Amino acid sequence: MISTRQNGNAAHTEMLEAVRAAVKRHGASREELIPILTDVNRTVGYLPSEALEEISRLMHVPKSQLFSVATFYRMLSTKKLGRHVIQFCESAPCHVVGGREVWQALQDALDLEPGETTPDGKWSLVTVSCLGVCAVGPVVVVDEDIYGNVTPDQIPGILAAYE
Amino acid sequence: MAFFRSHVLVSVDPECLKRGAHAVIDALHDELVAQGLIDEVQVLETSRIGDPVLHGPDMMVYPEGVHYANLSEDDIPFLVSEHFLKGRVVEKFRAEIRPFADEELGAPKAKEVRVVLRNCGKIDPLNIEDYIAEDGYMALARVLTELTPEDTIDIVKRSGLRGRGGAGFLVGKKWELARMNQGSPKYLTCNADEGDPGAFMNRRVLEGDPHSVLEGMIIAAYAIGAERGYIYCRAEYPVAVKNLNIAIQQARDFGFLGENILGTGFSFDLEVRQGAGAFVCGEETALIASVEGQRGEPRPRPPFPAQKGLWGKPTNNNNVESYANIPQIVLKGPEWFASMGTEKSKGTKTFALAGDVKNTGLIEVPLGITLREIVYDVGGGIKGNKGFKAIQTGGPMGGCLPAEYLDTPVDFESLSAAGSMMGSGGLVVMDDETCMVDIARFFMDFIQDESCGKCNPCRIGTKRMLEILNRICEGKGEPADLQRLEELCPQISSTALCGLGQGAPNPVVSTLRYFRHEYEAHIYEKRCPAKVCRALIKYEIKQDVCTGCTVCARNCPVGAITGERRKPHSIDPDVCVRCGICMQVCNFNAIEIN
Repeated sequence: MISTRQNGNAAHTEMLEAVRAAVKRHGASREELIPILTDVNRTVGYLPSEALEEISRLMHVPKSQLFSVATFYRMLSTKKLGRHVIQFCESAPCHVVGGREVWQALQDALDLEPGETTPDGKWSLVTVSCLGVCAVGPVVVVDEDIYGNVTPDQIPGILAAYE
Repeated sequence: MAFFRSHVLVSVDPECLKRGAHAVIDALHDELVAQGLIDEVQVLETSRIGDPVLHGPDMMVYPEGVHYANLSEDDIPFLVSEHFLKGRVVEKFRAEIRPFADEELGAPKAKEVRVVLRNCGKIDPLNIEDYIAEDGYMALARVLTELTPEDTIDIVKRSGLRGRGGAGFLVGKKWELARMNQGSPKYLTCNADEGDPGAFMNRRVLEGDPHSVLEGMIIAAYAIGAERGYIYCRAEYPVAVKNLNIAIQQARDFGFLGENILGTGFSFDLEVRQGAGAFVCGEETALIASVEGQRGEPRPRPPFPAQKGLWGKPTNNNNVESYANIPQIVLKGPEWFASMGTEKSKGTKTFALAGDVKNTGLIEVPLGITLREIVYDVGGGIKGNKGFKAIQTGGPMGGCLPAEYLDTPVDFESLSAAGSMMGSGGLVVMDDETCMVDIARFFMDFIQDESCGKCNPCRIGTKRMLEILNRICEGKGEPADLQRLEELCPQISSTALCGLGQGAPNPVVSTLRYFRHEYEAHIYEKRCPAKVCRALIKYEIKQDVCTGCTVCARNCPVGAITGERRKPHSIDPDVCVRCGICMQVCNFNAIEIN
């Protein structure tokens, strides 16, 4: 138990460090809020309530306003996500070239609805709007790897490449 | 001036220098002197030609345009006597030509005219000198040294350039409004929040030719008197953001940006702002809110950004493509630009051609070209020799036009009159196996998802429309649903706060107008004519074709297929989930959709 708590404290300190570094990098002015939130979201993986509290303290912006901005943008998450985030492009150009079947294959393989995370914390499945790589649709993005011209039978192979 | 019959450009890229480019140049010079050719052949140093890691040291010989690669000083005597004395190309030194695979932007196709995309894929976007070699920043120099801001605005007005973000407002007029406003300071924004599904023209320009956008913005800043600018780029475009930041730094280093630009006393600087994933931020007032660090929600206009924009100050906002056109208009003249296009829609327009067309990817065509020319001449026709059903123009708030409208000229007025719109440039072609109700449902799903929720007509209206469309696709549509849709569409269009909400019903309006029979088939006959909507189709096995090989039964994920080996199988429609796997695995085409 002690070791778990220590790990928890370490993670907490690390998160606060990430927040402070981001605020320092961009400067504590309101117009820098979205770059700061984006940075923290990238380093920590999401925006925990404690992170918003710390940003609120450093920037003198009410937490309600931070929460309002953080929940508005799709790339910012106030919920903890899986170790790997799968983004599926659900826009029309991918849809008409076979995206629907790929989406079905993804849902079947992971047993997830959009926005959900697997119980083991490995995968999160989210839908995104156009990523602008329509020439190679259907498109699936795992973390930062982009897969184009995806067919349903490629899904198991793509997923197997991630630990 | 000396006249040379041949020019040799040797790359002195750092990588080529490391590999001995200077020794090659010295050897070349010595050998040309030795063979008495030094007055006929000019040797010049240039930046990279090919890939320096693959090719260096390398050189380009003009007028032949021969690329010699992997040279050493020992190769030079033979090369000089063969090429320059005997006039024979030395094949063994030639750079290996690898087919250039660019799935987005190939060589210009029939009927294309490249103005905005002229440098994309041709120059190194990370090297400002490449851009300068293509007359880059010449327009800026001309504007700053020869023209007043009023002259500059006049040139842009005379060119007839209209906003490429979709609304089509005259760019010169917009600049004039911002110029005339007395507020200070003034700001400039560039809308690079290209969110329309299927549209990626701006991404390619930002990635492949970022300086053309910067140059256009600096000229605009001079014209309206802005001192600071922001490029609002969507976070989904990491490469574009990276290339822009490099380009901005290089422009500063060269004195095109920052204090006292080109020594003229004019100062302007700009930075990239990244979005965080919100489609509505492409609306200019929402974009401004997002740059300020707020929720990206639109606000009513007027006041327009030219009056009250960023931090309440006068702000001029244009799209990436609008800015990228400016340097060419200044250099080649407004008359040149106005000679392309139609009476009211001048110049060229980039489009992203997607969907069921043979050549997908980016194109740039003169305005006034017909949809038919785009689909069949530029796009190469429909994939798999299927029939054309519809073309969706104008992005999610645009409309779907049927085959009868293929001869519509692509200009702002004609597309609007046909019930669609120009939009930012997404073109999605659909073949005859596409269900138009499903497509309308699809776009409504997108808009409903992206609605920011600030105004009721858009937040609630799009949700209601989506529910109705879902019902129709699931075979639960009621006759009154069509009437409900027809009431909701004009109500939302006339009462929503911003362009997103006002345009939201367009996909439904246009499909109801041109494909009403498909809606009726779904509602009255519980039938999907294109065989797409799952609830309305049934997979069946043709008893006379099935060989009883059992492949389908083994692959069915829900065990809906039964039958004895070597005897025709059958599908239980109550168990079947219509996944279509049986159809994909059947080797005898024995499975059909009814």
